[in-house]
Order: sequence, then C-alpha cells, then structure tokens
Amino acid sequence: MKTLDQPHTTTAATEKAQRARWLLYGEIALGVGALILMPIAIWAALAYAPTDAVQGDVQRIIYLHVPLAILPYVAFFVVFVASILYLWRRDQRWDTLAYASAEVGVVFTTLMLVTGMLWGQGFWGRPWDWADPRLTTTFILWLIYVSYLLLRFYTGRSESGARMAAVLGIAGFIDVPIVHFAVTWWRSVHPDTNYLVDNGSSALPPAATFALLVSFAAFTLLYVLLTIQVYRSLTLRRAALELRARAEDAAGES
Amino acid sequence: MISFRLSLDQFWAIVVKDWRAELRARQVWVSMGFFALLALVVFNFAFDLRVENKASVGPGALWIAFLFASVLGLGRTLGAELDHGSMDRLLLCPVERQVIYFAKLLGNVVFILIVQAVAIPIFAVIYDVPVLTPGIIPIVALGTLGIAAVGTLFAAVSAQTRAREALAPLLTFPLVIPVVIAAVKATEALVQPVANDAPWLGLLLAFAIIFVSVGALTFQYVVEE
Repeated sequence: MKTLDQPHTTTAATEKAQRARWLLYGEIALGVGALILMPIAIWAALAYAPTDAVQGDVQRIIYLHVPLAILPYVAFFVVFVASILYLWRRDQRWDTLAYASAEVGVVFTTLMLVTGMLWGQGFWGRPWDWADPRLTTTFILWLIYVSYLLLRFYTGRSESGARMAAVLGIAGFIDVPIVHFAVTWWRSVHPDTNYLVDNGSSALPPAATFALLVSFAAFTLLYVLLTIQVYRSLTLRRAALELRARAEDAAGES
Repeated sequence: MISFRLSLDQFWAIVVKDWRAELRARQVWVSMGFFALLALVVFNFAFDLRVENKASVGPGALWIAFLFASVLGLGRTLGAELDHGSMDRLLLCPVERQVIYFAKLLGNVVFILIVQAVAIPIFAVIYDVPVLTPGIIPIVALGTLGIAAVGTLFAAVSAQTRAREALAPLLTFPLVIPVVIAAVKATEALVQPVANDAPWLGLLLAFAIIFVSVGALTFQYVVEE
C-alpha cells in the first residue's frame, strides 16, 4: 500500500526492480526456447528434410542460411528506428538498443556470408561470385555496419558519439536499397546473372518448409535473446562507470 | 522570403570565407591534386595499361583516384575548422545548420572539381582515353556531388573522434560504393558505348539527391553542441 509520505524514489526503484525482473524472466524463456528449438532445427535441416534433387546435400545449409539472411535486415531496421527515436527523444535506452542490435546484426551477417560461401563452394564450385547481386549487397551491408561498430569504438560512451552513430545508423540503412540497385544493374548486362534463380522447384516439400520455419523461429529467438543480453551488459557497464566516477569524486572531495 | 534571402547571404558568406582561407593557405587543393596525379601514375603500373584493356580499366582508375583524393581533402576542410575552434563560433551564430552544411558541401565540391579539371585532361593524355567530351561534365559533377555529400557529413563525424581523419574513409567508402559504380559505368559508356546499358546518369542524379538530402537532414546532429 502506497502512502503519500513515502519518498518518491522508493516507488521508482521498486518499479525499476520489477522491470528488471520481468526482463530476466523474458530472457530465461527466450533462452529455454532457443535451447529447445536449435537442436530440432539442426536435426530437421540435416536429417528430416529430403535431399535436394539438383543440389544434393549442399542445399541443407540453406535451412540455416535463409534465416541468417533475413534477420540482419530486421536487426539493422531496429538500428534505423532506434537511431531516429534516439535523435528525437534523446533517451539513452534507444541508443543502447541501436548499439546492441547492430552488434548482433553484424554477427548474423558474418554467419550469413560464411554459410553462403560454403554453399557456393559446394554448388558453384567457388565460394565467391561478384555477379550475384545479393552476395555483393550483403558484403557491402556488412562493411557499413562494421564501420558503424568502428565509429562506436572510436567515440567511446559519449553523448556526441551516440548522436554520430545514430546518423550513421540512419544513413547506412537508407543506403542498403541503393547499394542493391547499383550492384544489380552493375552486372545486369552480363548473361550469367540468372543462375541463382530457383531451378523451377518453387513448391517446397512440407518437410523442407518445416525445417525452414523451425530454423527461422530458433534464430529469431536467438537474435532477441542476444540483443537483450548485449543491451543489459551495455547498461550495466555504463552504470559501473558512473558509480566509479562518483566514487572517485567522493574520494577527491574528502 | 526575407529569411530565405538571409540564409542565402549567410551561405555565401561561409563559402567565400572558406575559399579565401583555402586560397591563402593552399592546404587542400594542392595536396589533393598532386595526390590524384600520383594515384593515376601508380595505377598505370599496377594494371599495366595497354591498348586492349585501357578503355575498361581507365575509368575505374580515374574514379578511384578522385575518391581517395576527395576523402583526403574533405578531412582537412572540416578538421582545420574544428581544430581552431572556428566551428564552435560558427555554431554560435544564428545560422541554420542546413545552411552551414550546404556551404561546406559547395566549398568541397568546388575544390574537387578544380582538381578534376586539371586531372581529367592529364588522364586523357597519359592514358590515351578519349574522355574529353562534353558528356563527361554531368558525370563528373553528379558523381562528385554524391561523394562530397557523404564525405562532408562523415568528415565532420570523424574529426570529432579519437581516430580523427583516419576514420573518414572507413565511414565514407562503404556508403559511396553505389556512386562509384554508377560513375565508373557512365564513364566507361562514354569511352566505349554499350547497347542496352542501364541509365547510369539518372542513377547518379538520384544518388546525389538522396545523399544531399540525408546530409542536410542529419548534419545538425553531428555538429550539435
């Protein structure tokens, strides 16, 4: 029961503790979900889904590759929106969310490139092909967000650093469709661009659809979980730095 | 109407100040121009340009030289301003941030265009590639505008970090790759016309408009104090 003479800070602190507890429950639920779904996804991709008639077993990597290819776009869209909200509202939490999502997005993009190159080695006989616009776009996307992390590294945890990172988070996301346009047209006069197009097998068998969906669900849970984890670790680190600064001030005064 | 006239006056005041400072100090365009020339010479040895491949490699060498020289120069124009604290004073004046951005952008575009006006004839002669036609003017103007729009914004960003000017190319290059692709392809088409080519000049115009808009809208958050 709240009374009027109770100090205001106590309710705020209680609310904060409550929020932290819910966040923890959420993290545990996400972790358990990812832990259950990930082995199922791997089993479905490696054993349950039928072997592809044209590509053979190499095609099985697609069940991991496709979710890994979609989630970075989600992650970088989160960076874009959080950056705009940070510049508008100046709430540090949006900045932390943008940073966390960018970090996880870069990890997923790296995995997407690696799985894509493994598939390319198996099917094309070589890991890389500049003629494939999706591959090239993804590589440039990766470069943009690595430069975003570099900017954050070189600015440290300052208010001006957060503002400048937000500008790059916005400009980088606007650049993605532009890059895709340019690299698609860059190779469009060459006759050999069409060879990633599905070889007629547009209707996936149910087992393959299942493998894809489970894998997508598992990686989505993993993305949300990792983003919350990075978010929390960044928040704790900031709190620790503030506490240390206050302790040093107090030591200096006495 | 009055406020627009005022903005225009402020715009010219900043542009004229930058040009005057640059003409006296010769910090940017001399080093930028010499750098572009050196890059063209180095590319000649790196690619061993002979008669059969120079039409396809030459435009690429030209634009890489411009891109590197631009980023080198852009870092200086804003870096010097921030070092001497004149940016802070400029921000204290009742000037719209967009006006500052457009003035800096125009100054940078003109510096790069001067360098190009010297480098392109030299390129045409020493590489023996026929690029000295009126068609090169819109390609160079729009390509430079696109590169400078992104470059000016992130030169202001990197000047405020620990890494200083070293960060500017790392932030600028990934973002301007589409401009470089379009500019190289448009220049190639000028040397060796391709049937059914993509409308590269239109793409360059679209990129320039998008990048200038992004720069104008976000510059205020970079220099905010």
